[in-house]
Amino acid sequence: MAWQRKILRVDLSSGSVATEPLNMDWAFQYIGERGLATKYLWENMDPKVDAMSPENVLIFATGPLTGTMASTSGRYAVITKGPLTNAIACSNSGGKFGADLKYAGYDLLLLSGKSPQPVYLHIVDDQVEILPADELWGRSVWETEAWIRSQQQNPHLKIACIGVAGERGVYYSCIVNDLHRAAGRSGVGAVMGSKNLKAIAVQGTKGVTVADPKKFMQVTYEMKKLLENDPGRKGLTKLGTNAMMETMQEFGGLPTRNFQQVQFDGYDKVGARGMRVRKPNGHVNLITNKACFGCTIACGRIAHIDKEHFTIVNRKEYWHASGGLEYETAYAFGPMVGVDDIDACTFAGFLMNEHGMDPISFGVTLAAAMELYEMGVITREDTDGVELNFGNAEALTIMAEKTGKYEGFGQVLGLGSKRLCEKYGHPELFMGVKGQEFAGYDSRALQGMGLGYATSNRGACHLKHDTFEVDMDDQSGNGKAKPCKTSQDFVAMIDSTGLCLFPASAWGTTEFQQQIDAACEGDWNEQRILECGERTWNLERQFNLAAGLTAADDTLPPRLLEVPAPGGTAKGKVCELDKMLPEYYAERGWTSEGVPTEHTLNRLGLT
Amino acid sequence: MQRSLLIDPAKCTSCLQCEMACSFEHTGAFNPARSRIKIYEFEHGRYAIPFTCTQCEEAWCLHACPVEAITLNAQTGAKEVHQDLCVGCKVCTIACPFGAVNYDKETKTVVKCDLCGGDPKCAEACPTDAITYVDADWTGYDRMREYAVRTHLPSFSS
Repeated sequence: MAWQRKILRVDLSSGSVATEPLNMDWAFQYIGERGLATKYLWENMDPKVDAMSPENVLIFATGPLTGTMASTSGRYAVITKGPLTNAIACSNSGGKFGADLKYAGYDLLLLSGKSPQPVYLHIVDDQVEILPADELWGRSVWETEAWIRSQQQNPHLKIACIGVAGERGVYYSCIVNDLHRAAGRSGVGAVMGSKNLKAIAVQGTKGVTVADPKKFMQVTYEMKKLLENDPGRKGLTKLGTNAMMETMQEFGGLPTRNFQQVQFDGYDKVGARGMRVRKPNGHVNLITNKACFGCTIACGRIAHIDKEHFTIVNRKEYWHASGGLEYETAYAFGPMVGVDDIDACTFAGFLMNEHGMDPISFGVTLAAAMELYEMGVITREDTDGVELNFGNAEALTIMAEKTGKYEGFGQVLGLGSKRLCEKYGHPELFMGVKGQEFAGYDSRALQGMGLGYATSNRGACHLKHDTFEVDMDDQSGNGKAKPCKTSQDFVAMIDSTGLCLFPASAWGTTEFQQQIDAACEGDWNEQRILECGERTWNLERQFNLAAGLTAADDTLPPRLLEVPAPGGTAKGKVCELDKMLPEYYAERGWTSEGVPTEHTLNRLGLT
Repeated sequence: MQRSLLIDPAKCTSCLQCEMACSFEHTGAFNPARSRIKIYEFEHGRYAIPFTCTQCEEAWCLHACPVEAITLNAQTGAKEVHQDLCVGCKVCTIACPFGAVNYDKETKTVVKCDLCGGDPKCAEACPTDAITYVDADWTGYDRMREYAVRTHLPSFSS
């Protein structure tokens, strides 16, 4: 019930495929998806191993609510050790792939080893095959999906795969499913590539049941109604996440030109409004909105590029619609690199999906390269003759394609910002934490965001905590530790259910709890589910400590700690991490060195 | 008043709540593979089109069935498959011009939309009103009204 109670183990070195019962003790402690997969990772690998070695384990995990009628039930998580951060990687994705993996009968898919040849995994319910992928190696995500469907003569297959970026070890390559949804961050695509695994194609026909169907239907309908009437939900449906562009511009928290500025003149051209503007030739960027599996919000955008635009005027293969700009992509390809051309940003976004790369990390890495170029550290000789100045829309799209195809200077950009900045002798210009690049929020304006970035177990991330409201209310570092800790546990709980973070605008702990309790056997009260989240957070921390990370990694770049914000509502402020971090460790029950105390570990059953 | 399903693809976001609701009603599990309504996607999701049985007046499936396992529900207008009578010969799946009748490997019978006995769960589950259950005589009512407003009274447009 809710769980399929079965996991699939595939060892790519030996080619062995086996199923085993899900460890229900662990399911009761970690719920599913992110939490449960973290436990399986912890028990199945040494955190010290090289992320790109065969000893790394790659887990695809669904939650007990994945594939049910609860709204936003399409999530799955990819848990592994990330090459970008050398810490735990925890990326989740929507689309339709996750639900089909669950419907095929598996809560988790655990991959180990390395295949001697390129392969893809073909799963139709109980039938699991490792098939040759020689013909697929070197192909894009979009080509791969079409090839497998055609080869298998099966239009029902849902496919998650990597592009050339993942094959060649671009540090922030991702796993793309359903053409334009992705487990995007920390380089999980490179781990898949290092295992010579090109794709996972799955069709599931077994369905999912829940413990108390009648109650579950009643509760999920109530929750969908609540979500329907929520103003936050309405905004997401109508404008998508890119409405955030305007909010951040007004607030002065919009990272611009590698965080040299906090506002961007061209923000409106690449924000939600820019997507709706009708150009003189009649072209409008946005076509419609689109849902992931089970989602009653539908924040996803479907967009197309103006056929007359320089990027595709001679490239008919891009004259179609695909996934449009989300806020993070728009920030990374807009303000961060100083570009205000929405068609160029959209095209670069298409390229990210087509070649399988994380747009945040790519944009932030490019921004660092642009700053180094303007400083004269990088020259045209390095960049294959491309003028790499801020605001150059052509450079953005050329470099996106070069990186996706692993050509020329794209190979350097594929290192990620941290390694690129170190290579050129300016490590201080890396804008991120633990090797992972920042999302589109400046932590001088949003202090709790700074604390969340610094302490996120997967490196800089805006999705593993939620202090947005307290940050907007109070721009000091006061009182941020507790909401940061509490929301991290809350989000870890949501990430462990199979649901998305976004309904949290309408649903609190109670609303999630009721749905979990109706679906899963046993008594799932609010305290218990939040404790599952806290347990997950602490186990991720344990993984990182065992991998060699320390409190010294919980920090921010000097630009945010020492250089006052040049404008916006937080003008003159720096991020007060030195004040927040000790409070946060205490709040967590960790030592001043950021290590969970014996008491904390005992309380959470982690000893 | 007899009602029928009205589908507006322009409103469909492809969330598949309908497929889950349909399968849950008929099988007790959330299982789009066994749904009688299907969403078809084209061009990277630009188009999403819900498709199911339209309950033909002259129902080819009903006429083709050699064992009279498909009958008319006079109340709802649905052509219903009696699973205890169906022998799984699949002739109806050939007869249906729209492909709306399909074989179900679990029950070894054919399955098709039965309007859930007059309370179609797909319409109930649809969050965007892409699927509604309306007066069968006036399926075009809302669309006509919309055009009437747009062409004559733009200020009334919502």
